[in-house]
Amino acid sequence: MILVYVDSDELSAQAVGFARTLGDLHAVTFAGPYQPTAWAKALAAQDADAIVAAGSDRGNELLAHVGAILDQPFAANVIAIDGDMVTRVRWGGSLLEEARLHGAPKLLTVAPHTQPAAEIGDVETLDAPDDGSPKVLERVEESSGGVSLRDAKVVVSGGRGVGSAEGFAIIEELAGLLGAAVGCSRVVTSAGWRPHADQVGQTGTKISADLYVACGISGATQHIAGAKGAKKILAINTDPEAPIFASADYAVIGDLHEVVPAISAELKRVRG
Amino acid sequence: MRTLVCVKRVPMTGGKMVLTADGQALETKHLGFTISPHEECAVEEAVRIGGEVVVLTLGPAEAEEQLRDCMAIGADRGILLKTSEEWDAQSTAGAIVDAIRGEEAFDLILFGNESADAAGFQVGIRVAHALGLPVVTGLKKIEVGEGRVRCERDVGGARDVYEAPLPAVLTVLEGLNLPRYPSVPGRLRAKSKPLAVVEPARPEQKLEKLRLVVPEGQGKQAEVLEDAAQVVAVMQSLGVA
Amino acid sequence: MKVVVIGGGIVGNSLTGWLAELGVTDLIQLDKGPFPNPGGSTGHASNFIFPVDHSKEMTQLTLESMRQYRDAGTLHECGGIEVARTEERMEELRRRMASAKSWGIEGCRLVTPAEIKELVPYVDESILLGGFYSPTVAVVDSLRFGTLMREKAQAKGAQVHANTEVTGIDVEGGRVRRVRTTRGDFEADVVVIACGVWSPRIARMAGASIPLTPAVHQMIDVGPVPRFLTSKTAVDFPIVRDMDTNMYERQDGQGLEVGSYAHRPILHEPDDIPSIEESATTPTELPFTQEDFELQLEHALQLVPEVLGDESVGIKYAINGLLSLTPDGLPLLGETPEVKGLWAASAVWVKEGPGVGKSVAEWLVHGEPEIDLQSSDVARFYPEQRTPEHIKGRTSEGFNKTYGIVHPAEQWESNRGVRVSPFYDREKDLGAVFYEAAAWERPHWYESNAGLVEEYGVQGREHEWDARWWSPIINAEHLAMRERAAMFDLTAFCVFDVVGPNALDAVQIVAARQMNVANGRVIYTPVLAPRGGFKSDLTIMKMEDDRFRVVTGGAHGMADMKWFRDHCPDGTRIEDHTSSVCTVGIWGPRARDILASITGTDVSNEAFPFSTWQELDNGVIASRISYVGDLGWELYTPMDRGAELWDALWEAGRPHGVVPAGIGVYGTTGRLEKAYRAFGAELDQDYDVVEADMAWWKVKNDDFVGKAAHVAAREREPAATLCTLTIDELSRTPLGREPIVREDGSPLVDAKGRRSYVTSAGMGPSLGKYILMSYLPPGDHGKLYVQYMEQLYPVTVDVVGSRPPFDPDNERIRS
Repeated sequence: MILVYVDSDELSAQAVGFARTLGDLHAVTFAGPYQPTAWAKALAAQDADAIVAAGSDRGNELLAHVGAILDQPFAANVIAIDGDMVTRVRWGGSLLEEARLHGAPKLLTVAPHTQPAAEIGDVETLDAPDDGSPKVLERVEESSGGVSLRDAKVVVSGGRGVGSAEGFAIIEELAGLLGAAVGCSRVVTSAGWRPHADQVGQTGTKISADLYVACGISGATQHIAGAKGAKKILAINTDPEAPIFASADYAVIGDLHEVVPAISAELKRVRG
Repeated sequence: MRTLVCVKRVPMTGGKMVLTADGQALETKHLGFTISPHEECAVEEAVRIGGEVVVLTLGPAEAEEQLRDCMAIGADRGILLKTSEEWDAQSTAGAIVDAIRGEEAFDLILFGNESADAAGFQVGIRVAHALGLPVVTGLKKIEVGEGRVRCERDVGGARDVYEAPLPAVLTVLEGLNLPRYPSVPGRLRAKSKPLAVVEPARPEQKLEKLRLVVPEGQGKQAEVLEDAAQVVAVMQSLGVA
Repeated sequence: MKVVVIGGGIVGNSLTGWLAELGVTDLIQLDKGPFPNPGGSTGHASNFIFPVDHSKEMTQLTLESMRQYRDAGTLHECGGIEVARTEERMEELRRRMASAKSWGIEGCRLVTPAEIKELVPYVDESILLGGFYSPTVAVVDSLRFGTLMREKAQAKGAQVHANTEVTGIDVEGGRVRRVRTTRGDFEADVVVIACGVWSPRIARMAGASIPLTPAVHQMIDVGPVPRFLTSKTAVDFPIVRDMDTNMYERQDGQGLEVGSYAHRPILHEPDDIPSIEESATTPTELPFTQEDFELQLEHALQLVPEVLGDESVGIKYAINGLLSLTPDGLPLLGETPEVKGLWAASAVWVKEGPGVGKSVAEWLVHGEPEIDLQSSDVARFYPEQRTPEHIKGRTSEGFNKTYGIVHPAEQWESNRGVRVSPFYDREKDLGAVFYEAAAWERPHWYESNAGLVEEYGVQGREHEWDARWWSPIINAEHLAMRERAAMFDLTAFCVFDVVGPNALDAVQIVAARQMNVANGRVIYTPVLAPRGGFKSDLTIMKMEDDRFRVVTGGAHGMADMKWFRDHCPDGTRIEDHTSSVCTVGIWGPRARDILASITGTDVSNEAFPFSTWQELDNGVIASRISYVGDLGWELYTPMDRGAELWDALWEAGRPHGVVPAGIGVYGTTGRLEKAYRAFGAELDQDYDVVEADMAWWKVKNDDFVGKAAHVAAREREPAATLCTLTIDELSRTPLGREPIVREDGSPLVDAKGRRSYVTSAGMGPSLGKYILMSYLPPGDHGKLYVQYMEQLYPVTVDVVGSRPPFDPDNERIRS
């Protein structure tokens, strides 16, 4: 039996899609405030051949706890499994690792956006008694007026090519016209031009937009790891050989300082 | 206050991943080394919290560089668990636990949420279980109070608040703070700070790495758009403009 | 002419702009990286320029570059100070004052620690003894300048291709034909390699060698510096070069850049530089190696404690930046000797880039650059100087001399003993002190002659700097030569034959003097550059109707050989004998007696007059000329018979009191007493034959390179004339390149804007005077002085022109 922990999100549906290929599936979830240690104990107590979750913050955390409780290995962000052999992502997806997972039950999470989603179906809500371990005490809604980077339909992002904090005015203008969130590369946050919350990347936010507009971003692997969740990527760069174009669906070869205002102007024009 | 920060030496990669001939590791002859941005924030946070800060890594002899980097920004001493091989998360956690058993107990043990390279998402949690300590992960805010720590974690437009009694294990994310750069006096002080080197035995690997592979299909053929009108047309076709 | 320039750094961009400017329309520029920063050394250069250098050529290139940067609006003058922590360095700064005046750089002055503090308030002046302040030191925007030059070229029709990697260079019949790239093939008549650290790799594709190595220069950037937060420009404060620690500190916006040439030499292989994709930043910004910078941090902290001691100032950027180093520290410019049409413009720093671009463009288009580039000629190296061992040894040794105190006569320590004459073991037994010439070991003096010092009552030198790399034995050897005879090892000469039915045409076009002479003649001749300056000076022996033997100085022999080869008509060829023939010189009143006792050939003045050569009955070729002003011969024999010749002369000479003598006599004391000129000292492209007072009585009818200019020069008054001066009271001994000034310290400037400086300096032991040579403008300048170590020493002009101060009627050499 394959035990799958699910949330009500897209990544869980992908995890179910993957787990269903492994055997009979039993989807479970929990009610009440999130308490990772307690929930993991409940999962660990189930008799399963494998315990699977999405490679989300929660999924990875819960499975790590299960691994610790059972003293079994856990493979995070798997894209394929064949018997003991797993293929999992490293470096935010820039590299794959082929490994042998020796434990039982098999503990793994499913790398986001690598598997087709499936109908989750029946879900059992497991009981997880409060064991006194840390749990969510309250949820504070962020009061930011803008669009959340993670959930935005469109993200307009700037990199080193923007040149300065002030240079983001044209990025913000275009984002405003598109109802988009503003993002940036790690170079930009390191330079102090934008807050870290705007950073798209392996150690920043991993976006899932319909369109990602990357302006003056060269496309380091660190950055692509955060952008690859977007359905389409449009890159604007003066350098036609910039690595970003290897991940882009659309390319504009040109200086963002000219191209971005031109797009804004064109948008205004077509809207009258 | 005594804080332990665990870090990992990783290469600073460029735009392309190149593997060694045996496929066991990244080719690093042209690359510099660093620690994950998450871990940089962990070290910075520990230094800001104050008290004694010990920084620990499991890695090759050269990982002393990363420990000295941490000392340069304020860590007081280092522990190097020296090994020439890569260890899986489970055995890494075991080695850390063994190494600090002889130490006076830490009030706080900090990790990056996941390493930059292997990204197993689990060493901190395993260490917490082994030591019987509470653990909270993925943090962007930490407030140490009397015997307790209050922490916050981003959950898409909101923040979940946790509390844990000390001692505790916390794993953090980039954005927790803005790490400082080392100063020249800091660099010079770091040279003479104490460093303990231990050579733990590597147990059998239960998540046994066989080889690394550069994924195919990175090279998309982007459609070149010539002017703003074409760009807007594409945006309209995607339903975003 | 189809020209392809490979490289888009400061050199490639400047060169492309200048080629377009000079009318080259079929022009293509390539770089494998993107613009404006393709990832070479220009992209991480610290971009500051100190104009003063002891080398005239480098200073001229730098000044020309600064002019171009300024005209393009890409230069910001901030001033700069070279600071001294030691008295030895203060002496060096005094010498820099002399070079500044010789090369015409205004406003430089020595400053006290207090003045340094006023100029750069964040230094700790208590550790300094003083400084050399250059107000015109500047920072430039080399990327912006490059972009402007590239765009200028494009506007004139040049094609520029970024992201285009060269994959091969096709050579046919010894000539470059096309460049193969990832963007297709480009036909070319001329290909210029301006690829910085990658140059050797690209040259190898065509079968040529560019002897440079990529080497690390470490640099860190710290900030934000509180004092700089209110700065109005990127560099409000003068740049500080902390010479004694091989470091510099310079403001860069809110940060301070600290660079070092102090660490161990870290050399790389051109093939080992990562690709653009493999690099974390750019291919020439390699990971910083902290351990190599530890001591430097401490040194920098001593000098700028206010900035670097501030705990809030962080190290934000640190790299091991790659730059190009060459075996002799000079650039590599001009056509490669291996492949016609394949040019090098490599090992050039930001401070010389635009000047090099202009000069190489002129060289290509006009056949001669305005600035004399002979020291930078890529053809200057012998095969022995292109080996990996040589490049590695010399660049390693030279790296830490970047800010070093380098004596003009200083010798290299690495990779020595590469070429030795057949007399080497004898010379060693005689206590020879070897200097290097063109990779040859050559005795400079012999310790076995130490006894002569007392015999001739030779004085030593009081000051250590003056006496460094010198010995009173040199003067004693000189006096023994004048009285008896001396043997010289001259094997380092470059010797080659011009052979073929049209050999005469080849030597006629190159040599300024008449070469259509009888067999058996030896002719000393200037070799002129197209505009009438000196390309070389050398002797040519007419061997047979179809064979002329050229004997020239070792140092520029390879460049001379290329010049002859370039002018050989079809069917005429060059035969190089440098490695198969050795040379002993024997001069002095007893030279004839000695020579006569080892040969049956009649060597009397009647049978063997001056300026002729003969093959002696023992097979030795004897050439009766002299560079030391005494009776005697240059004797050439095959290498394997060299020891035999040396021993015969030695044995025959003993009864006559022969001494071995070194190049100290041959190159300096003997020569200067006779006012003989030396190429690279008195003779360069900046001065003509008339100014050097070497015009012979009649210009030959045959055409030769530089003829028109030479004829014109003869028809006008020279703007300056080479003079022999002597120091009035001998206390210090200038070593060359010092300015000649008036009593008020003002420089002499001739009608062409050239300043008077000491071209050569040395003792004239037979005259008992210290000799200086210098070009002086006509007219009365009042009492003249040489400025040495910031003191003025009165001098007297003994001779205007080339009349020798010693034996002015040349009786000795003709006796």
